[in-house]
Amino acid sequence: MKYPENFKYTKEHEWVQVEGDEATIGITDHAQHELGDIVFVDLPKVGSKTTKGHTFGSVESVKAVSDIYAPVSGEIISVNDLLSKSPEKLNEDPHGAAWLIKLRLASPDETRDLLNAAEYEKYVGAES
Amino acid sequence: MIKKVSQHIVQEEPLVFELSSPGKRGYQLPELDVPAVDANAVLGSENVRGEISDFPEISEFEVVRHFTRLSTWNYAIDLGLYPLGSCTMKYNPRVNELVARTEGLAWAHPYQPDSLSQGCMEIVAALERALAEITGMDAVTLQPAAGAHGEFTGILMMRALLEKRGRARKKVLVPDSAHGTNPATASMVGYAVENIKSNERGMVDVEVLNRVMTEDVAGLMITNPNTVGVFEENIRKICGIIHDKGGLVYMDGANMNALVGIARPGEFGVDVMHLNLHKTFSTPHGGGGPGSGAVAVAKVLTPFLPSPRLKRDGEAWRWNYDLPDSIGRVRAYYGNFGVLVRALAYIMAHGGNGLRQATLDALLNANYLRVLLEPYYEIAYKAPSMHEAVFSDDRQAKKGVRTGDIAKRLIDYGFHPYTVSFPLIVRGALMIEPTETESKRELDLFIDAMISIAKEIEQNPELVLTAPHSTRTKRVDEVTAARKPVVRWTPKSNASQAAD
Repeated sequence: MKYPENFKYTKEHEWVQVEGDEATIGITDHAQHELGDIVFVDLPKVGSKTTKGHTFGSVESVKAVSDIYAPVSGEIISVNDLLSKSPEKLNEDPHGAAWLIKLRLASPDETRDLLNAAEYEKYVGAES
Repeated sequence: MIKKVSQHIVQEEPLVFELSSPGKRGYQLPELDVPAVDANAVLGSENVRGEISDFPEISEFEVVRHFTRLSTWNYAIDLGLYPLGSCTMKYNPRVNELVARTEGLAWAHPYQPDSLSQGCMEIVAALERALAEITGMDAVTLQPAAGAHGEFTGILMMRALLEKRGRARKKVLVPDSAHGTNPATASMVGYAVENIKSNERGMVDVEVLNRVMTEDVAGLMITNPNTVGVFEENIRKICGIIHDKGGLVYMDGANMNALVGIARPGEFGVDVMHLNLHKTFSTPHGGGGPGSGAVAVAKVLTPFLPSPRLKRDGEAWRWNYDLPDSIGRVRAYYGNFGVLVRALAYIMAHGGNGLRQATLDALLNANYLRVLLEPYYEIAYKAPSMHEAVFSDDRQAKKGVRTGDIAKRLIDYGFHPYTVSFPLIVRGALMIEPTETESKRELDLFIDAMISIAKEIEQNPELVLTAPHSTRTKRVDEVTAARKPVVRWTPKSNASQAAD
C-alpha cells in the first residue's frame, strides 16, 4: 500500500490532510487491515471540539472496539455520514471516501511532529 | 423425514413463538366466585393493559419440553473443559449447593428481623473475615453483584478518600494488559483514563509509570497477574511510585486464582481490590447463579465502605448505618446472599492448605498445557505463566488461519473455545485457562485437539477455515450479523402459522 505523500500520520494510525486552516482526518490502511471487518463507526457531533492526543470517536470491528485519537486540535466542522450506513467503506477506501471528520485547526503547528508518508511506512513495516 | 424424532436428534427446535397454537392455555383458573367487574369501568381504560399480540400460546408440558430440549444444546463446565482465559471456569462443587439449599438459608427473607437473621449475618461476617485474611486487607464488603460492580464500588471509595483529602484528582492510569472493564469503570467515576504500554516482557514498565505518575493521577488500576497471565514482578515498586505521589492502587482480582494462599495483595501495597467469587471461589457463572464482586480495602479506605456494615453488639449482629464517610449503599439488601453461602462453603471445605493446593494445581495445569503447546503455538511472552497461558496465532496466520478459526475448529473436537482475540496487546490471542479442577486426562484430550488442529492448518487449512463442521449451525456470517443485525423475530403470515 502506498501512503499518500500529502498526508501526515500518527503512531496510533490516524492520517491528517491539511488544507488551509482545515484538516481532514481518517484512519490508515494499516489500521483498517489490523482491525478487520469494520461494523460500526462512532463519530462526534459537528461543533464539538477535540484536542490533539484525545479520543474523538471509536471504530468497532468484529474483533474489538478501538479509540481514534485526534492528530491535531480543533473544532469539528463536518463528519462523514457515509460511514453510519456503510461502515464497510472504511475497509475499502480508508484514505479517500471513508474519511472520518473535518475540523478547523486550532494551532497549525501541531502537524509538525507527525510522521510523513515514508516515516509512517517504515513504522508500520517495523511493527508488523 | 421422520418428523417426531428429528427435533431432539438433529436439534431443529422452533422458537416458542412458532410452537404457538391460538387459544391454547397453559393454566386453568377456578370459576369466579364473586360478581365479575369490568376493569375498564373501574380503573379507566387508560390503566388497563391490552392483550400482547403474538404472545405464544402453549401448554405447560410443551414449555417444559421446549426448554429442556434447548438446554441439551448447552456446553457447560459439567460436560467438559471450558478453557475461557480470565474467566476461571472451575468446577462448582456440589457441597456448595447442598449448603446453599439448607432450609433456613434458602428460604431466608431479607426483611426478616435481625433477631431471626443471626445465622445469615454470621455467614456474611465469616466470609468477610475469610476474604480479608486471604487478600491481606483490612475489611471487605460483599454488596457488589459482579466484578465490574466491584470495580465501580472500589474506585468510588478511592475518589471519596481523595475528595476528603482535598482534591479528587483527574486521571486513572490503566496498563494495556488490564481487564477491559477497568477503563470503563474509571470513566464511570468521572476520571480520564491514561493507558500505559507494557514492556517486552508483558509487564508494566516502571520507567514509563514513573514518568506519567503525577499529582493529577488519582491512582492505578492494575490486574495481577495481568491479562497475559504474567505476575507483575515489580508490584511493590509500582505501588510505591503511586503512593509517593499520593495516589491509590486498585487491583482487579479477576485472576486471584493464581494467588490465593501464596501471595496477599495487601502485603504488596494494594489499597483496594475486588474478588470474583464466581471465578476464584467456585460459585456458578451466569445462568447457574448471579455473580459476586466482593471488594476488599486497606485500612485507609475502610471508613468509605458501602453502608450498612455488620457490627457486633454484645452477643448479636446488627446492621450499622451510622457511617458518615460511607459512599452509601451500592446494592439492595446485602449482595447476592446465595452466592456468598456457596463461596464460604468452598473456603471452609478446602481450608487454608486446600486453597493453597488449589492455586498450585491451577498453576501446574496452565504450565503443563503451555509446555506441550509451545512447540505448535507461539507463546506471547516468555515470562513464566501463572494460571493461564496466552499464545498468539502468528505461526498459523502465515497459512491464513486466525485465532477465531482455530476456536471454531475446537468446537468440532468437543471443547468450548478459549478466549479469542483478547488481550488486545497480543496479536491474534489465544487465551487459555484450564483451572485446577481439570484432570490430566481431560487436559491431554484438549492438548491433543490443539496439536491436531495445528497439524490440520499445515496440511489442510481449508478444513479449519470452514469449521465448525459438526454443529447444527455451521459458521455464521459475523460481519453481516454485526453490520445488519436482526434483533427481533417477526411472525410469518397467520396462514402459515396456523398450519400446525
